[in-house]
Amino acid sequence: MNGTAETLLAARGLTKRFGGVVALEDLELEVRRNQVLGLIGPNGSGKTTFFNVVTGIYAADGGEVTFGRDTITNLSAQAVYRAGIARTFQRSRLMLELSIFDNIMVGNHRRLNQGLWFNLARRRAFRREFQDGFEQARELVRVFDPPLADRMFEAVGGFPMIDRRRIEICRALISHPQLLLLDEPSAGMTHEETTQLMDDILEVRSTFEGLTIIIIEHEMGVIERITNRCVVLNFGRKICEGTYQEVAADRLVQEAYLGIE
Amino acid sequence: MNRGHASRANLMPGTLGIAAATAFLILFLSVESQAGTAVLLLGGAVFVLGAARFGGIARMRQSFTGNEGAMNLVVVAAALLLTGFFYDDHFTLLLVATVMIYMVAALGLTVQFGYAGVLNFAGAAFFGIGCYTAAVLTRNTALPHVLVLLAGGVMAALIGALLLLPVLRTRGHYSAVVTIAFTLLFKTFLEVNDTLGGPQGLRVDGMNLFGWRFNDNIEIGETLELSFFANYVVGSLILLALAFAFVRRLERSWTGLNMDAVRLDETAAACFGYNISRWKITAFTVGNFLAGLAGAIYAMMLGFIAPTNFTFGDSLILVSIVLLGGIGNPWGIAVATTIVIVLPEKLQIIQEYRFLLYASMVILILLFRPLGLLPRPLRSYVPGWQPK
Ligand SMILES: Nc1ncnc2c1ncn2[C@@H]1O[C@H](COP(=O)(O)OP(=O)(O)OP(=O)(O)O)[C@@H](O)[C@H]1O
Ligand SMILES: [Mg+2]
Repeated sequence: MNGTAETLLAARGLTKRFGGVVALEDLELEVRRNQVLGLIGPNGSGKTTFFNVVTGIYAADGGEVTFGRDTITNLSAQAVYRAGIARTFQRSRLMLELSIFDNIMVGNHRRLNQGLWFNLARRRAFRREFQDGFEQARELVRVFDPPLADRMFEAVGGFPMIDRRRIEICRALISHPQLLLLDEPSAGMTHEETTQLMDDILEVRSTFEGLTIIIIEHEMGVIERITNRCVVLNFGRKICEGTYQEVAADRLVQEAYLGIE
Repeated sequence: MNRGHASRANLMPGTLGIAAATAFLILFLSVESQAGTAVLLLGGAVFVLGAARFGGIARMRQSFTGNEGAMNLVVVAAALLLTGFFYDDHFTLLLVATVMIYMVAALGLTVQFGYAGVLNFAGAAFFGIGCYTAAVLTRNTALPHVLVLLAGGVMAALIGALLLLPVLRTRGHYSAVVTIAFTLLFKTFLEVNDTLGGPQGLRVDGMNLFGWRFNDNIEIGETLELSFFANYVVGSLILLALAFAFVRRLERSWTGLNMDAVRLDETAAACFGYNISRWKITAFTVGNFLAGLAGAIYAMMLGFIAPTNFTFGDSLILVSIVLLGGIGNPWGIAVATTIVIVLPEKLQIIQEYRFLLYASMVILILLFRPLGLLPRPLRSYVPGWQPK
């Protein structure tokens, strides 16, 4: 159990304001390598904002974020991705008119040769890289849903929500990040679909050894099933943390959150 | 040998379609009366709609995707056939070459807008930069004309770099406004600049590529004399084929994917490491280069250029070609350019209300067929490739 003791991502005193709204207030949060951390809390409690600040979409107003040994506070989104953090979005942000393969390759950006000369003139080498990329992407999609892997060159816009979520997770995973941020992967799906998707995520975890995940979820069943620990936010502050059982038993949490459900 | 057979059968719809289009174009370009032109136009439209209704267009499309190399040759052959038919007709050959040159410029705009989403309303200005570069270089230097062509493209790309800063800050349609301003400025600059001929413009030498003198009529034997514009048709066709192949390759690479990603979702792209500016700059520069290249050969063909060729209206024509054709589809560009350039030359009524017509065409397209006449197919990186 000693590999799990190491902290991968930590936020210290992280603060983010939007005008008068304090979306994150003095947040302390840690996730250890190899673990799945659940991030829960009522609507508007700052969960997505936490992801956005970590991934460089918004600059923090105070505090710091460390990743492994590096400080990544207020790095650009590009630099955060290169450091090894990939994410999905609450409102799925796939490129609907592009194919499944195209979308997954967007996530592979840092590992592909982006030189103009390579892309335009060295077609044979490009072809090899394309073939490799295709095989990796198909392999990954197979983990989620084998039939989907036979439809890699169809536009994403033609697929139902659950497939889109799968594709979005594949896009985030293809570059082998160390940390995966999932923002409400079950949003807009039925109960059965959610269960299926969680099976997929558990499967992925066993495939990608050493993958650390932070998952934002409203479905308590999901949280109970796949997380090691949970952090509960309310009005941008951490009100509780612990295992799902501990958190669910907490009176503050019940008032702030479970009571609303 | 089953496979060879299957692919030959597959070539038929595409070849027939091209043959029909060529025959139609020859008829259309030959007819003199306004009434005849109108009747042909109506007939053509009905024919195309009918073909689309019964799946003809879809089958043509399959021919093209299934046998790219062969179909490209068929199209080139058709273009040469058409040129041969009008071998001594200056006016028509000039028109044919003009269409091809505009296709090159419109391909440039497709890279910018269709791929990277950078709206450029200064297409005519960059085309004009190519024209003026050719004028200055052919009259004042002995630079070989291949290099003059390249210089036209490079100048357009370089001057385009001046607009990069404002274009990259695309809050809303700020970049569109910047390019509009640039077009207006460019024309005014030409008009007050005496070294560039002011409002009267400049003369340009005819093209001479490695001793191939484009402005001489071609004599074959004793009796047959081809219009010298046939040279320009062939020259433009070569340029167009190169531009077409280049844009195709660009689209079928990670670079093409990057431009699409930047157009479709900057935030998501940034979260996967994309340097947004890099791909916009690449697209903008490549597009302006193609427009400038097209301008350079155009100027040498006309022999004379003036600021009135490069108005905002002309830029609008280029944008409407891109929208009409099928955003991001090179074949769509070919069809749309032909329609937009040839139609007003044949129908005087259109000539007068040209801009009104284009504007309404663009609005109709955006409302009813936002993907254009020939929507762009999904990317296939390696033609003919199948997963194992
Ligand atoms: N770009 C923004 N501009 C202004 N306010 C914002 C912005 N993004 C988030 N907020 C505000 O910050 C607070 C936290 O929002 P956030 O999206 O992080 O909540 P959340 O916990 O993800 O909620 P949900 O469960 O509904 O997704 C909310 O009050 C929200 O209105
Ligand atoms: Mg949220």
